[in-house]
Amino acid sequence: MPQVSMTVNGQAVSGEVEGRTLLVDFLRETLRLTGTHVGCDTSQCGACVVHLDGESVKACSVFALAAEGGQVTTIEGMASPDGSLSVLQQAFQDHHGLQCGFCTPGMIMSASDLLQKNPSPSEHEVREWLEGNLCRCTGYHNIVKAILAAAARMRGEPDPDFGGAIAAE
Amino acid sequence: MAKDFTVGEGVKRREDVRFLTGRGNYTDDINRPNQLTCVFLRSPVAHGKITKLDIAAAAAAAGVVRIFTGDDIAAAGLGSVPCGWEITQTNGEKMVEPAHPILAHGKVRHVGDPIAAVLATSRDAAKDAIEKIDLEIEELPAVIDMKKALTQASTVHDEAADNVCFDWDFGDKAATDAAFANAAHVTTLELVNNRMVPNAMEPRAAIGEYEPTTEQHTLYTTSQNPHVIRLLMGAFVLSIPEHKLRVVAPDVGGGFGSKIFHYAEEAFVTWAAKQVGRPVKWTCERSESFISDAHGRDHVTTAELALDADGKFLGLRVDTLANMGAYLSTFAPAVPTYLHATLLAGQYTTPAIHARIRAMFTNTVWVDAYRGAGRPEATFLLERIVDKAARELKMDPAELRRKNFIPKDAFPYDTPVALTYDTGDYEATLAQGLAMADYANFETRRAESARRGKLRGIGLSCYIEACGIAPSALVGALGARAGLYEAATVRVNPTGSVSVFTGSHSHGQGHETTFAQVVAERLGIDQSAIEIIHGDTDRVPFGMGTYGSRSLAVGGSAIVKAVDKVIDKGKKIAAHLLEASADDIVFEDGQFKVAGTDKAKAFAEVSLAAYVPHQYPIEELEPGLEENAFYDPKNFTYPAGTHICEVEVDPDTGVVDVLGFWASDDFGNVVNPMIVEGQVHGGVVQGLGQAFIENCAYDENGQLPSGSYMDYAMPRADQFPRFSVETSPGSTPCTHNPLGVKGCGEAGAIGSPPALVNAVVDALKDYGVEHLDMPLTPRRVWSAIVAAKPAEAATQAASAPAAAPSASASPSGTGGLLSRLFGGKKN
Repeated sequence: MPQVSMTVNGQAVSGEVEGRTLLVDFLRETLRLTGTHVGCDTSQCGACVVHLDGESVKACSVFALAAEGGQVTTIEGMASPDGSLSVLQQAFQDHHGLQCGFCTPGMIMSASDLLQKNPSPSEHEVREWLEGNLCRCTGYHNIVKAILAAAARMRGEPDPDFGGAIAAE
Repeated sequence: MAKDFTVGEGVKRREDVRFLTGRGNYTDDINRPNQLTCVFLRSPVAHGKITKLDIAAAAAAAGVVRIFTGDDIAAAGLGSVPCGWEITQTNGEKMVEPAHPILAHGKVRHVGDPIAAVLATSRDAAKDAIEKIDLEIEELPAVIDMKKALTQASTVHDEAADNVCFDWDFGDKAATDAAFANAAHVTTLELVNNRMVPNAMEPRAAIGEYEPTTEQHTLYTTSQNPHVIRLLMGAFVLSIPEHKLRVVAPDVGGGFGSKIFHYAEEAFVTWAAKQVGRPVKWTCERSESFISDAHGRDHVTTAELALDADGKFLGLRVDTLANMGAYLSTFAPAVPTYLHATLLAGQYTTPAIHARIRAMFTNTVWVDAYRGAGRPEATFLLERIVDKAARELKMDPAELRRKNFIPKDAFPYDTPVALTYDTGDYEATLAQGLAMADYANFETRRAESARRGKLRGIGLSCYIEACGIAPSALVGALGARAGLYEAATVRVNPTGSVSVFTGSHSHGQGHETTFAQVVAERLGIDQSAIEIIHGDTDRVPFGMGTYGSRSLAVGGSAIVKAVDKVIDKGKKIAAHLLEASADDIVFEDGQFKVAGTDKAKAFAEVSLAAYVPHQYPIEELEPGLEENAFYDPKNFTYPAGTHICEVEVDPDTGVVDVLGFWASDDFGNVVNPMIVEGQVHGGVVQGLGQAFIENCAYDENGQLPSGSYMDYAMPRADQFPRFSVETSPGSTPCTHNPLGVKGCGEAGAIGSPPALVNAVVDALKDYGVEHLDMPLTPRRVWSAIVAAKPAEAATQAASAPAAAPSASASPSGTGGLLSRLFGGKKN
């Protein structure tokens, strides 16, 4: 079987895979990094989103061999080495942006890519960005709220008011 | 120790950190040494006889260790997947209860019926081998449409010649007929409560393991109630006594009802692990879950409401066909009966109600409890027919509801459908909801939309639910084959920390936080000194699990009972230490005090004395400080509220925009408002999903075109606005549990669908549209507009984009969905 090597959360890793082995299976089964989840088989749910060379990708739609030599970050690599949560992770806790936790790793990985690209997203932009991430628990309300709060905190601003019922946009 | 938080505060969830850092422990994250992977061959057709099943080539394939078929299961004499509720029919006979084999034997009865199981060293090897199984099925006509099923020649089960599982009626038929005879006005409505797929984000999974030296079986499974699985599987399917069977439900990624039930795959991996002497793991793929998880709803109903000349409700008559699917799932018979017909009074004083429910077998996946379970179906028909009556009588829908509300001073209130509501204030939740939605100024907003060529509508839904399931004696009399109490153990450790073992199961609800709040408040100790343990039958003494919004009302009450026993024992220990009478000891702020003195012992001093009983009333009191409690509720709880939805419809395309959604709820006392709000948000989107985009559609052959996330429209973040969710300042605490709580998990899914449909029907009022069946896809809405105004049809059709009218019968979602499916930016 072919050998694949890549850097995952800053560590050089390698392993044997089949040509058809998906990146998500390499992460979960070979590396036992089980924070990246599999919620569907049609690349719709986004529970498997990781960063590959700085971009969010669905790890169910990338062959492990296609990540050869790549820099991969998974949810396990998002908190500080001392265990403290990132600004985005903390905002999710503060604003109850998760319930069962299954979609959460994908939400964090997807949203962190958004905030890298767009430090001041509107509510509409956040909702549009999350089109590839399904959550069945939260109704998305508190996820959107948490991401907007994280963006504000990264800009050194207080959490925005998320009250009111009719969408601003 | 000073307590650092209390009941009633939105405490951050302690379980979040593990989920936010990828350290959750879901069933599929678990791998056992030397395990095999199991993949099921499932029926590709809805109904047929297995005429050939040759596994020889597959068994010889690389990596395959063993293949089992229905013959092996039959030869082993394994039991049928059991049903936990028996309905007695109107004619006195028991419901028809056909066997549900673990693997199909002789006949397949739905697409997805498991036929063979391949155990291999890897998933890929198992899937490769599946392709080598030689299967031939002689197809039989599929039974799909419930109305046709009544007279169809083909039958799902030989035992049910007309495909009826039971024909059951409820309420006073004579009184209801008399009410209709005297009515000034009768409103009639035929409606469909569309079939849902629950779609918890974590697919089901199960790992079976067997230790021959101790004859111990272990099952890791995605369950909302591990003890219930141990009981059903151990006693009825595999004949394994409780002490030899451990069931672990670790972190579970959402349930919504679908993970209550005992599934054949759980029994299979548990049994197979012993046969092959290796752990056996099965993880469901999403498209597989569409054809093997219990579905929800699926009622076809005719409802009639009788009113007097003033708009007072006189009687309600309901005739429902309820889909059971191919086999009876764990609680399936209870859903359209005792969780549905009993709720038909709603918030109203309707004096006479009669319901006839016929449960139908079809060649589809079984239907069982899905978030709300029967209560959304009751609420939908009631809140739709009340709205239709208001329109026919030219009354304000809020006013007609108000006129018929059970008044605040009438509680406890006996409905004509067997329930006694303990408390409520429906006027308060309605008034708050109307204020939140600025209902009074709606017509101004409608006129503004009209100037832009849009149709604006507003819809109300005043729901009630029966939660906190349930008094065991009552449900036993109604056919339940289990008690529905909850159990708890509170173990005070020697140095004063507390381990709480609860039979409730948390799969998103945040029990680890909420239950700790309750215990911290009661014991006056720091929350960090409290651990909540659940989900493992070897650690938790007993439990009935989490469903029916029961965890805090029933499970929390069991914890409170156990905590109170701990306090009572602590008083006796403290009395000895303080040389006082136990009657003079009071427990306040974590201190056992001699009333009226400054003599006191801290909680941890008393717990230490209990485990180091040197100075201890050893003659009268056992050492240790640990108490068990079982709490059996005296009544259901009755959360209620008003949900209001405002929409804008584009008449040219039929696209519905949800502009606002306001929830005004009475959940009694609230322990953690942040978590309660989150529960409502999630429930509302499941309800709006049903009303707006979701639909589980079978074709006439029993194939499932909506069988993947490519085809089943799951709600997404960009389809909904922010929600406004508030509990009522007039909330009425439950009168019969020690916390005064009612439950909040299902309210959103119960209250929201009729609010949305009422809003869209209101938006289309000038087109004479009286009803629309869910989901309100652009095609369905646009077609209604065109059909209602034939004169305008030509111009409407000419101006409508091709996508809307040509969308298929499967849900097409909102305008944004098509571009999302075919033009998504990620992958």
